[in-house]
Amino acid sequence: MVADFPAFISALLADIRCYIVNKKRPVNLDIGTIQLPITSYVSILHRVSGVVLFAAIAVFLWVLDASLTSEESFNAVKECIGGTLCQIIIWASLAALAYHMVAGVRHLIMDLGIGETLEGGQLGAKIALIVAAVLIVLAGVWVWA
Amino acid sequence: MGMITNVTSFGRSGLSDWLLQRTTAIVMAAYVVFVTFYLLTNPDLQYDQWLALNSHICMKVLNVLTVLSIAIHAWIGLWAVLTDYVTVRLLGPKATPLRIIFQLGMILVTLVYVIWALDIVWGI
Repeated sequence: MVADFPAFISALLADIRCYIVNKKRPVNLDIGTIQLPITSYVSILHRVSGVVLFAAIAVFLWVLDASLTSEESFNAVKECIGGTLCQIIIWASLAALAYHMVAGVRHLIMDLGIGETLEGGQLGAKIALIVAAVLIVLAGVWVWA
Repeated sequence: MGMITNVTSFGRSGLSDWLLQRTTAIVMAAYVVFVTFYLLTNPDLQYDQWLALNSHICMKVLNVLTVLSIAIHAWIGLWAVLTDYVTVRLLGPKATPLRIIFQLGMILVTLVYVIWALDIVWGI
């Protein structure tokens, strides 16, 4: 050991140098330049749909209010739902609701410990997108059929 | 820092917000599933039937629980979005007053939603 002491010191110095050099390596934390995984898009859409729904609450409350105020206003709502502009607004609101609910249920499933691995998370994200797309199409069928 | 970011959060604690976000989600999901099923199974819905449903005490309770859940859920969710994106790092020093204005505006709109919904539900 005593004979190896200079070698030990030089190895230690090499380790320290390596540590210092690595600490100075450039780190890219600019999220705008990083390619995002599918789970990020599912998460961002969950947020976007949530913000959209906050505005859509006004639409839902208006429909609930008018539908319960009187028979005339109830029929006016029914008539409005037959119009294109109204149908687009309601379908967009239902689409945001469908997506947000599916992404939310995915969260609840993951809270139970299911699909928490990298592969599980990516599979869950794909399933959520497919289920949401199906529900959004069905909502369109419901509104326009 | 914790004090500054937490003063506008709903439950004043991440754990409390986490649990409330999930319980309110389940209440809203129950409402959406029930109302969707009801509307799908009653395609030719008439006013009297719709009024009778919403006049039932169980439906009134579900309606009020749902709007309270919307308020809590939106408060927590929009707090998370605003504290993530309307930040000094992304928008500079004007971000903090801007975020407080957005948050107070969001709270005001949420309260208007709650009062409006209570008026609809309990006014019939």
